[in-house]
Amino acid sequence: MQLFKPLILLLSLCSSLVAASPLTELAHADPADRAGLITQWTVQADGPRRQAVAALEEGRLFSSADGSHVLLQGTDGKLSDVDSGQLVAGDAASLDTLPVNNSVRSALEAFHAAGDLADPDRNKRLSAIQALQDSANPGLLPLLLSRQRQEQDSQVKQALHMASARLQLASPLVAQRLQAIGVLADSADPATVSLLAPLASEAGEQDASVRAAASQAISAIKTSQWRYNMLGYAFSGISLGSVLLLAALGLAITYGLLGVINMAHGEMLMIGAYASYVVQNLFRTWWPGAFDAYLLAALPVAFAVTFVIGMALERLIIRHLYGRPLETLLATWGISLMLIQAVRILFGAQNVEVANPSWLSGGWEITPALTLPYNRLAIIAFVAAVLVLTWLVLNKTRLGLFVRAVTQNRRMADSVGVPTGKVDMLAFGLGSGIAGLGGVALSQIGNVGPELGQGYIVDSFMVVVLGGVGQLAGTVTGAMGLGIVNKILEPSLGAVLGKILILGFIILFIQKRPQGLFALKGRVLD
Amino acid sequence: MTQRNIHTNHQGNLMASTRRTFLKSAPLVLAAAGLLSMPAFAADTIKVGVLHSLSGTMAISETSLKDMALFAIDQINAKGGVLGKKLEPVVVDPASNWPLFAEKARQLLSKDKVAVTFGCWTSVSRKSVLPVYEELNGLLFYPVQYEGEEMSPNVFYTGAAPNQQAIPAVEYLMSKEGGAAKRFFLLGTDYVYPRTTNKILRAFLHSKGVKDEDIQEMYTPFGHSDYQTIVGNIKKFAAGGKTAVISTINGDSNVPFYKELGNQGLKATDVPVVAFSVGEEELKGIDAKPLVGHLAAWNYFMSVKNPVNSKWIADYRAWAKKKGLANADKLVTNDPMEATYVGINMWAEAVKKAGTTDVAAVTKAMAGIKFAAPSGFTLEMDPKNHHLHKPVMIGEIQSNGQFSVVWKTKAPIRAQPWSPFIPGNDKKPDTPVKSK
Repeated sequence: MQLFKPLILLLSLCSSLVAASPLTELAHADPADRAGLITQWTVQADGPRRQAVAALEEGRLFSSADGSHVLLQGTDGKLSDVDSGQLVAGDAASLDTLPVNNSVRSALEAFHAAGDLADPDRNKRLSAIQALQDSANPGLLPLLLSRQRQEQDSQVKQALHMASARLQLASPLVAQRLQAIGVLADSADPATVSLLAPLASEAGEQDASVRAAASQAISAIKTSQWRYNMLGYAFSGISLGSVLLLAALGLAITYGLLGVINMAHGEMLMIGAYASYVVQNLFRTWWPGAFDAYLLAALPVAFAVTFVIGMALERLIIRHLYGRPLETLLATWGISLMLIQAVRILFGAQNVEVANPSWLSGGWEITPALTLPYNRLAIIAFVAAVLVLTWLVLNKTRLGLFVRAVTQNRRMADSVGVPTGKVDMLAFGLGSGIAGLGGVALSQIGNVGPELGQGYIVDSFMVVVLGGVGQLAGTVTGAMGLGIVNKILEPSLGAVLGKILILGFIILFIQKRPQGLFALKGRVLD
Repeated sequence: MTQRNIHTNHQGNLMASTRRTFLKSAPLVLAAAGLLSMPAFAADTIKVGVLHSLSGTMAISETSLKDMALFAIDQINAKGGVLGKKLEPVVVDPASNWPLFAEKARQLLSKDKVAVTFGCWTSVSRKSVLPVYEELNGLLFYPVQYEGEEMSPNVFYTGAAPNQQAIPAVEYLMSKEGGAAKRFFLLGTDYVYPRTTNKILRAFLHSKGVKDEDIQEMYTPFGHSDYQTIVGNIKKFAAGGKTAVISTINGDSNVPFYKELGNQGLKATDVPVVAFSVGEEELKGIDAKPLVGHLAAWNYFMSVKNPVNSKWIADYRAWAKKKGLANADKLVTNDPMEATYVGINMWAEAVKKAGTTDVAAVTKAMAGIKFAAPSGFTLEMDPKNHHLHKPVMIGEIQSNGQFSVVWKTKAPIRAQPWSPFIPGNDKKPDTPVKSK
């Protein structure tokens, strides 16, 4: 049979002469050529070809155990030889299907897209055009041009225009090439640069005017790309900043306002994340239909759990250590180890899976070069909301008034009747609860494991110390500043060196300005 | 039993000195006393060390290797053990902490006196235990693909060397079938395995005519979780021509990396990512739908169809169910688990052949040992270089978190631990030598 293989291949290649069916042609094509064959069929799709492609796509083509035959599984589940059509005994479950790899998959995408070009749904038409332009199949040009004439929707028409311009770059006519370059100069897709690059070089293009136009178009695209790049950096900086802020906001209260060096702060984040894991599992078991809403339900749960744990900690341990920072540090560090171990015993040492609800998966594609992931956008919005709430609690409520009074002058507050003990407890609970909320958000972007908090505790202290102890505004500035500087340094220096540089910078900064960016004036902190 | 007695040493020097007199006077009495102080079967077991991180960043990958080792040991015991003795696993947790690996290894060798150890995942952990095994003349089976550049007489490498994984994978990406990639983005965790592999790959790419401006290398720390900029950079780099990403990210950082890839809409048909440390186990925690088509290169995939593999998976799940492991009927298998399984079975075979667990004798008996592996191939331990002959497979991620094999070698290939793409390696001997 090995001897026959080249022969069959040869036969299938001259399909116009011999009536080799598309199915045998596709089945016996070299794996590397299969994608090319499907691409070639895209413009001349007929019934048998569609059936052959469908068989491949649905995984109904198998290579026989010895690898010499290709077998087709019919709708009744029986196997037959594609060449002879005769039924063959065997179990499809034990055979290997013909592989559908990335190149075949993108050819298949284009194959279906050609049929979708006339679809009444305009979004479907747009994604079809996208798929076709990626396949870069010159045979598609007439089809694209004819669709372009019939298309009513201006955005779709523009997309068709771009797609056909890409193919026209290879046109033998100078005028057509020039026109295509003119169209592509407005493209927002960074991939266009690599298409235009050969036309800008002397090796790839003889005509000087085309070369000039191409290099002009490239620089135009690069300029617009640069803008999107900067936008991208700014976004990822703000996004990292908001994550830092979420992690640090609770600490800004427990450390910033109460002055407790709380090493167990990271574990509050971790407990918040585990709370969302538990809520997620409850939803999975009891309300699978409402699964996407689990995250919203996790917020109050995480807040309540960490609020209670925080208050208990304050009441039982931290209360007795006020005014002794070193002991507080050691005691809270011990608490953090105990909490980690407790979670390890309850949930196991391995990371647990916290799924993104579907509304947080994917992203908002602004241009082909810039996509803003929904989970990052949601975190930015969430941190803004938490920030506003915290500010309202601290500045507009009676509790906030008491907290500020106690921080500013404990003795005076005490003597005018503020229950300082209760205020301390509530404020510590509030800080822990906010950390719990942060944990819910962190569960959406990173791993949830017992050591989750350890990764954020240093960052959180850095933010609070840099921003200035005792000030929400300072914490915000510190977090955003660190996030953005980190993201500016990262592309050029790499993640490792970038982090080292930032640490060095903070050390120098604290040397120069121990009170941080924003300092409270007056005799506030003793 | 002597090691059991060491446990009781802390009770005082008095005990130790009385024991010494015991030793001199009546060995029989000592044996009797020893038997009383420990479970009766302990005397006729062979201790086997299992050294995998069960917590920390590597727990995502290594925990299942521990389970697999215990399964293989139970299976061998069910068949009567080796040399008439049962194997007794000693499991320790080095907690993804590299110095702790060396400490635990020393404990296994000098305190527990294990006959052999199955363990380590990251190369940095292997490098940190290597001096311990060479000093105390222990035996380590290392089950994970790695960068090569090492061949210790005290280690058997049952994972792939670069020419059994990394290089065939890049060749595939450059082929027409694999998408004819022209540019390569090398992304890894910052430690010895990714750095060395990328050094080899860069030299290999140069030899194929790829220029330096078409290669970009980037590293992140262990446990890194913010991949926004990096995915953005990949997108930008990909604008310059058909690009493939070669990922040597290890541990739980893979979860945020793949999440970010999916969220930023980077599809495998545009920019395929081929990973060397991501298998079925790591994909368990991720929604695989946006990742369809991204690749991994290994020497085994759970999806390969052959009787040995289906029996292995079924037996493992049944064992897990009996042991009460969570989700026992949904457990997955992967390449390092297969390598662990092959390693333990080969070792047991070699011990039977040698008639002893003595390291030198077992090492000699290991040469040329064959085993019908779940990959569907009969694997052979090379007679000289302590590495397995392995088939290479390239799989694409499917929406169910499994891989479909899109390319594989016809037969197992011999490992080249000293990669020819690193200058000076041609002078290195093809037999193991102790590192200095």
